[in-house]
Amino acid sequence: MSTQVPAEREEPVGDTPAVRFVDERLGAAKVTRGALRYVFPDHWFFLLGELALYAFVMLIVTGVFLALFFSPSTATTTYHGGYQPLDGVEVSHAYASTMRLSFDVPMGLLIRQTHHWAALLFLAGIIVHVIRVMFTAAFRKPRELTHLLGVLLLGLGLVEGFAGYSLPDDLLSGMGLAIAYGVVLSIPLVGGQLGTLLWGGSFPTAGAFESRLFIAHVFLLPAAMAALIGAHLALVARHHHTQFRGPGRTERNVVGTPMWPGYALRSLAWMCATFAVLLLLGGLVQINPIWQWGPYEPWLGSNGAQPDWYLGWLIGALRLMPPIEPRFWGHTWAGNPFFGGVLLPTAVFGLLAAWPWVDRRLWTRDRLDHHLLSLLRDEPGRVGATAAFAAFVATIFLAGSADRLFVAAGVPYEAQVWVLRAAVFVVPAVVGGLAARAARRQGDVRR
Amino acid sequence: MRRALVVLLAVGFGGLGTLALASAPRAATTTTAATATTTPSTARGRSMFVASCASCHGQDARGVRGRGPSLVGVGALAADFELRTGRMPLAAPHQEPMRHHPAFSGARIADLVAYIGSLGGPPVPVVSGGSVRRGHERFADSCAGCHQIVGRGGIATGAVAPALQDATPVQVAEAVRLGPYLMPRFGPRQLTDGDVADLAAYVTYTRHLQNPGGWAIGNLGPVPEGLVCWGIAMVLLLGAARSLGERAR
Repeated sequence: MSTQVPAEREEPVGDTPAVRFVDERLGAAKVTRGALRYVFPDHWFFLLGELALYAFVMLIVTGVFLALFFSPSTATTTYHGGYQPLDGVEVSHAYASTMRLSFDVPMGLLIRQTHHWAALLFLAGIIVHVIRVMFTAAFRKPRELTHLLGVLLLGLGLVEGFAGYSLPDDLLSGMGLAIAYGVVLSIPLVGGQLGTLLWGGSFPTAGAFESRLFIAHVFLLPAAMAALIGAHLALVARHHHTQFRGPGRTERNVVGTPMWPGYALRSLAWMCATFAVLLLLGGLVQINPIWQWGPYEPWLGSNGAQPDWYLGWLIGALRLMPPIEPRFWGHTWAGNPFFGGVLLPTAVFGLLAAWPWVDRRLWTRDRLDHHLLSLLRDEPGRVGATAAFAAFVATIFLAGSADRLFVAAGVPYEAQVWVLRAAVFVVPAVVGGLAARAARRQGDVRR
Repeated sequence: MRRALVVLLAVGFGGLGTLALASAPRAATTTTAATATTTPSTARGRSMFVASCASCHGQDARGVRGRGPSLVGVGALAADFELRTGRMPLAAPHQEPMRHHPAFSGARIADLVAYIGSLGGPPVPVVSGGSVRRGHERFADSCAGCHQIVGRGGIATGAVAPALQDATPVQVAEAVRLGPYLMPRFGPRQLTDGDVADLAAYVTYTRHLQNPGGWAIGNLGPVPEGLVCWGIAMVLLLGAARSLGERAR
């Protein structure tokens, strides 16, 4: 029935018995040779994605440590431990175990703080990487799928970060979950059912949600993200890196440093630099002092409560959105948080995901492969649009800390909201226009 | 009829005033023992009042319509709080009173407090003891919504809820009972004197929080944390990347 085809066996290689042993059993020589000869472009812009990668490695390492000591339960216990001012207070096991990590487990606070700083830097790394990709148009054919995986990683990263922020059951995490629950409820038609499905009841539920959050944070999301990172990197390797134009650089080659012996050492140094900054922050700069916030109870709240920076744009959107709730036929069809908390991020992520195709229609206008990066002066329209998009999100982001700006500098809050509501439209237009003009000028000078 | 009412009120206030006189000076001296060299004098306080406060509160402290409220019956408690936190005198009526360096010396304030106390109302509270743990719980219940959980201040509708690290225990107790500006007033049925002492202990504790994690960056949470992430960590790392990679294209 089937046609039989002989397969060639690879001849094992290796000068020493140990190498021979490995290659006879794994046949690793071919793959390894390819990997060691892989050429990386030398420009420092190409290190930005690796920053996020190494922050992710740090998150896994510190996260495993934390998971050994954290207990994901909202059952109550009496806190006794290294922090005297809360001694004897009724708290959840989640809060108590995070307190134990912070005060009683050796190195616990260092690891906890490093983990949290790594989360902030992981997402910051993705953002600077995305900015580089967008302005140099590295997402063009054949890298659209690489781009999509990256956008998905960013989205999952936001959810993963929020889940981690919500786990310790302190005042901030509880307030964050209350807002998230409100946003879910505001979704038209299915909001109520979706909220009940996710939370296992109505917020604040006893027990069910904390363990869901925990499994999502320490298993489901990290596993999905690790798989996506693997696929993202496999696609990068499959198409090889992009590069800037230069002498000897074409659409058919990559000029740079091979993995071994050159680039591996550079990347190792970059990993060490990332780890060093993260551990220094973890050891020297306090982050999320849950002993100061205290445990969460549904009736409690604190002024100045904020999400971590990467969700600042969503809080900003909730604040800037005018109080509109569409009401007809005797029903409210969407709660106000829907617009800032669901519609805006869906639109932003949708546009980000669709960007390679938008770009092809508007600026690239061909179906060819593009391995040489676009320079700012090449396509002023793209530069302007990208800058406008970034300015739009950044302006909304600013609104997220309007209350602290009011307390710190006395800028009236209501005035900030009104100014920023206008700025959401004006600033992107101005920034986009200026960026496009600067790019065009640069092009004129070159010509 | 109206005259009878006025007489009745006058007698009532007079009686209250006498009661207050008996207690106010003692209470006032407990907070000014370090600065006052002479005993507070109601007479000196009254002449100070006429010189410095009467344009808004009236010659007899009964208030001026559209400028300032009557101070009859507010007590030494209110005067002590408003003057020692520099909220009074205001530069102009209808300003939001904010904490400032006091406009008068400690002894002068003691005189003014004695005078206002002589018109009746609650004395300067005496605060002692108090538990930081219970104070934290009370503060989370009743105060953190505006003042932020470690008292770093926050936004209220139409006003700033101030940071509390400069407030003395007595001033904390005064503010709770007085409800200055937009702050609600908490009576003994909402917060007992014991609760207030706990709150004062907690607020004092927030001056020197335990920061085992290192640099506290203002004890404000995620906003300064994000600033450190971008302004310090990212700047350092971009510098490192620039020196590791090639710069020219």
